[in-house]
Amino acid sequence: MKPLEYHAPTSLDEAISILKAEGSQAAALSGGTDLIIQNRARPLDLAHMVDIKRIPELNVLEYDAKNGLRLGAAVPCYKVAEYEPIVRLYPALAEGAELIGSIQIQSRATVGGNICNGSPAADTICALIVLSAICAIRGPDGNRDVPAVDFMVGPGETALKPGEILVEMRLPPPPAQSSNAYLRFIPRNEMDIAVVCAAANITMDDKGVTCTAATVAIGAVGPTPILVQAAGAVLTGAKLDAAAIAKAAKAASAAARPIDDHRGTVEFRTHVAGVLTRRTVELAAQRIKEDAK
Amino acid sequence: MSTNRMVSTTINGEDMALIIDDRMTLLDALRDRAGLTGTKEGCLSGDCGACSVIMNDRVVDSCLVMAAEAEGAAIVTVEGLADGTELHPLQRRFLEQAALQCGICTPGFLVTAKSLLDRNNNPSAAEIRLWLAGNLCRCTGYDKIIRAVEGASADLRAAKG
Ligand SMILES: Cc1cc2nc3c(=O)[nH]c(=O)nc-3n(C[C@H](O)[C@H](O)[C@H](O)COP(=O)(O)OP(=O)(O)OC[C@H]3O[C@@H](n4cnc5c(N)ncnc54)[C@H](O)[C@@H]3O)c2cc1C
Ligand code: FES
Ligand code: FES
Repeated sequence: MKPLEYHAPTSLDEAISILKAEGSQAAALSGGTDLIIQNRARPLDLAHMVDIKRIPELNVLEYDAKNGLRLGAAVPCYKVAEYEPIVRLYPALAEGAELIGSIQIQSRATVGGNICNGSPAADTICALIVLSAICAIRGPDGNRDVPAVDFMVGPGETALKPGEILVEMRLPPPPAQSSNAYLRFIPRNEMDIAVVCAAANITMDDKGVTCTAATVAIGAVGPTPILVQAAGAVLTGAKLDAAAIAKAAKAASAAARPIDDHRGTVEFRTHVAGVLTRRTVELAAQRIKEDAK
Repeated sequence: MSTNRMVSTTINGEDMALIIDDRMTLLDALRDRAGLTGTKEGCLSGDCGACSVIMNDRVVDSCLVMAAEAEGAAIVTVEGLADGTELHPLQRRFLEQAALQCGICTPGFLVTAKSLLDRNNNPSAAEIRLWLAGNLCRCTGYDKIIRAVEGASADLRAAKG
């Protein structure tokens, strides 16, 4: 094992300059629940870990009705899942964050680390996609914004360029008469990685009869999570009856591009992508009705 | 050359300065530098919870924390549960219920259960099972562990009066 140097910068610029100078020898350390394990396997063999948890910008957690939610990349999952505005307005995100690992993992794992790790089965990415999150990135060349749907570019690969840090995720305030949900399928009750996952975000008209906007995303069924545009399209303008929801589910199954492995066959994953789409749409619609009461 | 540094932390209420190598995890530092070998190494991958400690009021897997991160932190290990020779109610109940066999998982269960009871002194069996889902035991089958935690939570409530 070669030497490793730990850094704990308290400013973004300091962190970026270390990451830039050390290139592939360095990595950002958030909760470490992916990185520390990966670094035990030889290929990573880092010389520098840059702990980003002491940087104030990465610890922001605030909501207001005008600007929506700001979620710092280093906020641990237990805080995300407990934060009242997230539970009430962005339940899909709370559900994703809450599913990550055990209580011990929840203390440490972050939503930022979850998406920067780049797994297509990451439990928060589908929620961020349907909630139209913007990933605010800062690097040696300044700031840039990347929509969550474009953040993952391949298994383990993200839009981040060398030296760049994900600072925060910004979620627009949800429209009236809208809600959202996230579900995953795992063979056990807890502590497992999604075999298939899905999130839906639904907006209804004032009367709660016709769907005016819908977004569906599915994960673990392709090299990156998939925004199923066809599912959103069949729901928009429709009454959310069984027939419309079945069409959306079919569109999700058609969009899935899963692999075969011991955790699920192509056929099974394709089918479950449809089932979870139906259930998340129904759950989001149910939540809109409950909120209206 | 490896990078060494001094880390100042509070362990079980006592201020400590540990000389560590930046490659070390908190688990390594506790066992090899602080001499606190109650915290166990199992999987090194966040699955078994044998290395559980409380860091700034949250239970964590110490195999997934870098030792250098402990700078300024308050840490509680299994050695911090007993009050002198007086066992913590959790420790007493684990003994009474025979909630251990080989014992390798026990420190992790005790620390994780303590972090639950510190927060909620009347958890349901379902809450206890969920909170302990990150701790694995290959010997006992869990039921005795759950009963021991229930017993300790009753003791703590009774002591509070
Ligand atoms: C026992 C166990 C169970 C798990 N269960 C689940 C689960 O159910 N669902 C799930 O999705 N995941 C699960 N995971 C994986 C992991 O916990 C999550 O992906 C977690 O969200 C990662 O966050 P982190 O803060 O620990 O990331 P880290 O390990 O700190 O970082 C992950 C990667 O992202 C990079 N990075 C982190 N933050 C930034 C940033 N702000 N800017 C740039 N790069 C950054 C790091 O350099 C590293 O490459 C599990 C892991 C374990 C050990
Ligand atoms: S040794 Fe840390 S979780 Fe198993
Ligand atoms: S008592 Fe042996 S692993 Fe739990």
